[in-house]
Amino acid sequence: MLPDLGKYADAVLSAYAVSIVLLIGLILMSMLKGRRVRKQMQKIEMRGDVNG
Amino acid sequence: MKALLIRDIRLAVRAGGGFGLGLAFFLIVIVIVPFAVGADTGLLAKIAPGVLWIGALLACLLSIDRLLALDFEDGTLDLLATAPMPLEATLSVKALAHWITTGLPLVIAAPILGVLMNLPTQGYGWLVLSLLLGTPALSVIGTFGAALTAGIKRGGLLLSLLVLPLYVPTLIFGAEVARRGAEGTDVSTSILLLAGISAATIALMPFASAVVLKVNLR
Amino acid sequence: MSLWEYANPVKFLRLSERVLPTLWILAISSTVLGLGWGFFFTPDDIRQGSTVKIIYIHVPAALMAINAWFMMLVASLIWLIRRHHVSALAAKAAAPVGVVMTVIALVTGAIWGQPMWGTWWVWDPRLTSFLILFLFYLGYIALWEAIEDSDTAADLTAVLCMVGSVFAILSRYAVNFWSQGLHQGTSIPVATGERSVADVFFVPLLISMVGFGLLFLALTLYRTGTEIRLRRTKALLAREGRN
Repeated sequence: MLPDLGKYADAVLSAYAVSIVLLIGLILMSMLKGRRVRKQMQKIEMRGDVNG
Repeated sequence: MKALLIRDIRLAVRAGGGFGLGLAFFLIVIVIVPFAVGADTGLLAKIAPGVLWIGALLACLLSIDRLLALDFEDGTLDLLATAPMPLEATLSVKALAHWITTGLPLVIAAPILGVLMNLPTQGYGWLVLSLLLGTPALSVIGTFGAALTAGIKRGGLLLSLLVLPLYVPTLIFGAEVARRGAEGTDVSTSILLLAGISAATIALMPFASAVVLKVNLR
Repeated sequence: MSLWEYANPVKFLRLSERVLPTLWILAISSTVLGLGWGFFFTPDDIRQGSTVKIIYIHVPAALMAINAWFMMLVASLIWLIRRHHVSALAAKAAAPVGVVMTVIALVTGAIWGQPMWGTWWVWDPRLTSFLILFLFYLGYIALWEAIEDSDTAADLTAVLCMVGSVFAILSRYAVNFWSQGLHQGTSIPVATGERSVADVFFVPLLISMVGFGLLFLALTLYRTGTEIRLRRTKALLAREGRN
């Protein structure tokens, strides 16, 4: 399935692997923080609504 | 303006002002280099210009911390900011005081330390000249870093992180002059660029520093 | 008095909520398309063998590393001049994305060069410049984190971004000058688009560049939204504290 990368297989595969891991990591961390902050804001906004 | 200059110099020179510390640090850095890389005089001679520049640069950086911190804490900076003298001028004077008490001694000490590093004979003059031209830029750029971190408690490490990348162009050309001078190759371009950078930073950085300091003094 | 001092944050959030789902899909699909095409369906290079496939990651990442900083510069200027908080927060949000792009560019650049150089790193002018850019990113992010008051932080980081940009450009030229003195090893085939690339490589490369660009856009848009909500949360908490 993988193309024949010849003697540079390690190099190419590790380059792709590292990059993809970093990108996915960044996306995941951004989403986690985003969800957390969103939930926190909603919680506080509701408190504000209750107290008027 | 002269009064401020003299005051700052006096503050730096008296006990606890850190005057000798920069020099002592310079010395220590140079002394530990051979322990790290070995005592082969050929090798030392080759890296001497660069290492001496690094030592001087780090010694300069060390004392930037106290450039504004004390005056910030005791309110003097607030007074200076509202004084008739524009803040840009005040910061230029402070940078000058820093250079006189830190940069200049380093320039004078460099040849002595050059001996320790087996600097080739023809390199001494160029080393001194490059430091003479470059250290003012280090003071002025450092002042910007100090203004940026003025409000941060124990911001020394952050200060270094911010200032060292800004030091890179000066370091590259300064060390280049010293190195080529030691080798005997052409230094003309490097000197021009080094002088150019120093001149530009001396003229322009105080404005950026003033803007940033005003933000911190709000 | 509304805590939303300007209409902008609200409008911004509304717009980004609408746009983001499509943007994410476009970003990920074009990236996958570009990388997949490049990885599976392009030939090897005569000199570099299969390592040429790294180009589909390295070049787009390097491009975005620089573009991200440039966007931060523009956003910082807008903040300083027009005081739109969304702008300042957008710069803050973009920085980590830029850092990751820079790291990817550095790592893939090193891996790409290793078979040619025999070592994992050389002080090639381009790689060195990216290393310096990495340091500028770190300083910028560190400064945001170190300052309590968000307006002060916005101001200081904005000026730092501007000063940093000048010095980054200066460093680029200095590094070029400096590297002439070093022994010229095999010149790195690492290019950021200046080298003319054969057509068969070009289209997947272009698609990858678009993909990375859209990824940057999506990530920054999303993260700016997070920063805006974070700021609102702090403001709400402050108001609660006062009551």
